Amino acid sequence: MNAARVWVTNPRHDNARPAGIPAGFVAGPRRRGKHGGSELTQTAFRMEARGVSKVFGNNTALDAVDFGLLPGEVHALLGENGAGKSTLIKILTGAYQPDGGSIHVDGVEVEFDSPLDAQSYGIGTVYQEVNLLPNRSVAENLFLGHQPTRFGLVDRRRMDREARVLLTRYGLDIDPSSELGMHSVAVQQIVAIARAVQLSGKVLILDEPTASLDRDEVQRLFEVVSGLKQQGLAIVFITHFLDQVFALDARVTVLRNGKLVETSELGEMTRTDLVRRMLGKDIAFSGSTSLEAERAFDEVLMSFTDYGRKRSVQPFTLDVHKGEVIGVAGLLGSGRTEMARIMFGVDPADSGSVTLRGKAVSIKAATDAIGYGIGFCPEDRKADGIFGDLSVRENIVIALQGKLGWFRALNRDEQLELAGQFGEAMDIRAASLDMPVKLLSGGNQQKVILARWMATDPDFLILDEPTRGIDVGAHAEIVRTINRLRNDGMALLVISSEIDEVVAYSSRVVVMRDREMVAELRGQEINPGIIVQAIAAHEEAST
Amino acid sequence: MQFPALLSTRVLGNFLTDNAFLGITAVGMTFVIISGGIDLSVGAVIGFTGVLVAVLISSVGMHPLAAFAIALAIAALFGAAMGLAIHYLQVPAFIVTLAGMFLARGGASVITQDSVPINHEFYSYLTSLAIRMPGGGKLSFIGMLMVLVFLVGAVLAHRTRFGSYVYALGGNATSASLMGVPVVRTTVTIYMLSSVLACLAGLVFSLYTSAGYPLAAVGVELDAIGAVVIGGTLLTGGYGFVFGSFVGVMLLGLVQTYIIFDGTLSSWWTKIVIGFLLFLFIVLQRLVFAASTRADRSPGGA
Repeated sequence: MNAARVWVTNPRHDNARPAGIPAGFVAGPRRRGKHGGSELTQTAFRMEARGVSKVFGNNTALDAVDFGLLPGEVHALLGENGAGKSTLIKILTGAYQPDGGSIHVDGVEVEFDSPLDAQSYGIGTVYQEVNLLPNRSVAENLFLGHQPTRFGLVDRRRMDREARVLLTRYGLDIDPSSELGMHSVAVQQIVAIARAVQLSGKVLILDEPTASLDRDEVQRLFEVVSGLKQQGLAIVFITHFLDQVFALDARVTVLRNGKLVETSELGEMTRTDLVRRMLGKDIAFSGSTSLEAERAFDEVLMSFTDYGRKRSVQPFTLDVHKGEVIGVAGLLGSGRTEMARIMFGVDPADSGSVTLRGKAVSIKAATDAIGYGIGFCPEDRKADGIFGDLSVRENIVIALQGKLGWFRALNRDEQLELAGQFGEAMDIRAASLDMPVKLLSGGNQQKVILARWMATDPDFLILDEPTRGIDVGAHAEIVRTINRLRNDGMALLVISSEIDEVVAYSSRVVVMRDREMVAELRGQEINPGIIVQAIAAHEEAST
Repeated sequence: MQFPALLSTRVLGNFLTDNAFLGITAVGMTFVIISGGIDLSVGAVIGFTGVLVAVLISSVGMHPLAAFAIALAIAALFGAAMGLAIHYLQVPAFIVTLAGMFLARGGASVITQDSVPINHEFYSYLTSLAIRMPGGGKLSFIGMLMVLVFLVGAVLAHRTRFGSYVYALGGNATSASLMGVPVVRTTVTIYMLSSVLACLAGLVFSLYTSAGYPLAAVGVELDAIGAVVIGGTLLTGGYGFVFGSFVGVMLLGLVQTYIIFDGTLSSWWTKIVIGFLLFLFIVLQRLVFAASTRADRSPGGA
């Protein structure tokens, strides 16, 4: 607890009481310290985590975090990737067991062996991906494991009847005997909530429930959530969309690097305040200006016009010049990765057009993009980028082989020469080019992926979080490499959560928010303060 | 109709009797496939059961009922062990039941290499049990047993919590466990059910042939899978009906009977026709599935 830095203490914090909670519920000053009043302290918390920690290997994912949940509140849990959000949620739902600290439900210390165990204590969870059974009826999804029975057999008629009654409470008028998979994701999500509330009834944890919903569907979900809040349920809400936090008037807990930053009422807080806490940036408006800021670019390499894809990224217009680095800033889920995927054709665009050196082209698949000289290093190295069991050599030549096609196989000597050449250029430290890539460090793996694309001699390289999860030294090297490639005339688009890093190498910065490109910063505008503000909001005044 | 005799109750009675062991096996296989698994060991379990029962009755001199009980108990343990291995070792059902198939077939050959005849009055009594149907047909004990197994199987699959768990596992195992489906218990029960029903099919087969032979029922696992798939159960799991498997078994039987009635075709034609049927049904399933997913996407999609 002491390790956690408390940012700002809301003056109203101590006597704040969310609307709808009877006065008697908040029984006394809220405990701050981990070992506070021990057993004597009667808190109003429906559920509480006291100083929970979780360690994976050498990595402390969660460091003595306190988290208290009041009945009748929506509590937003905020933080960037690696902040410890999902670890905390997994502990609260019983998927992980904490290495330190304790969990309390209604003031009683509990231990959850499994999500099922947590459910029996009244903790229900709805996940981002709807975790129901699309192949079964709506009613069965609501009652699976608890179906009403008669003479040992499932009483379908009664089950459907009860399901119908339950669903009308959530404003859903659907046939309970219809297959769940036939309904929209929003309906499925509401069915999942109905099930969780039905079975647990004290705490509802919503893990990014809006991730795959459109605006109207989100509205519908919010109505359900507000209704449940009125009923006194304690709701944990995880989202990357700050608007939603304000829309739900949630209390917020911000985590960063596994530590608690702050828990407070929204009160007077602005989006900028939230983003600052999430990213841990003191807004310094006199931030360093990019060296390259003033460089002029006249040769347009690629030009995207109203380029977008429904449910993924709103149409954006962007020119990419030779020899520039475009930094893409934005919170997780803001559409920055989606933007890269559309540019590379992994998810083909469904609107707009793209030109390459002035000629209209069509990028419908990654192979098209590779053919046009575009390279893409995805965010999740392990899942999407590296073939862990293949050798360094094979990993380097694989994209080039893809470009050459099936019939012009590179022989082993050619492969070795290429791998050696680019391995050296990228300064990959491997005992042998024939060792499996999974044995290398994160930084070296990243360099292998970079080398892979270098071998195809791309004109335009897209890097999604190239410095994630690698140590400081390798970090600096990747940044140096980016600068060198730019100087060689390559165009780069680099997505990063590290604002300082974006500032260091970008000649232009594109800011994404809510799946939309909301700002394009250049020159003097490229400094951390302005970027954070752009990420947070333009309609600052309206909140 | 080329062969009007095909429709007589006599043919129908024989038909049910002839396909009883396959039908009983297919019921267990239906559960396994709906849960997203596969059981390749059933044919070998039939062979093993036949040999074990034959030796216990003819060589050891046990009463058939006692032999049946022992065989069923061994099959239950065998199925449970496969279920546990599939769940805890995270090995695909295909591999585990393939190992089970070799074990059971090998076990049968260890007991004896030869065909062991069974001469016991209880056996004669069971085979003589039959209901006369109008038109001279006879509904034999094993034919009735198959119908009974299908009825119980249908109720189990469609009207019990266990049944809903089986569909849940086939639909999405991760969701199922998060929704509180007792995954271990359900998996073990499914493979136990399949092995026990295969064993029952083995008993039926031994009643049918009055002998036990270690190489009996080779390839029956594939016939059973074929019948289940023809009956509309998706090999990917999550969808299917027990009654569909009944139709599948009957269809397979019909093809066989028809070709035997024809008399000019070699019995291998059965396999060829079944192969075509199976292919046809799989294509049909894909088409129906593609059509239904497209229908799902269109309203409110995009």
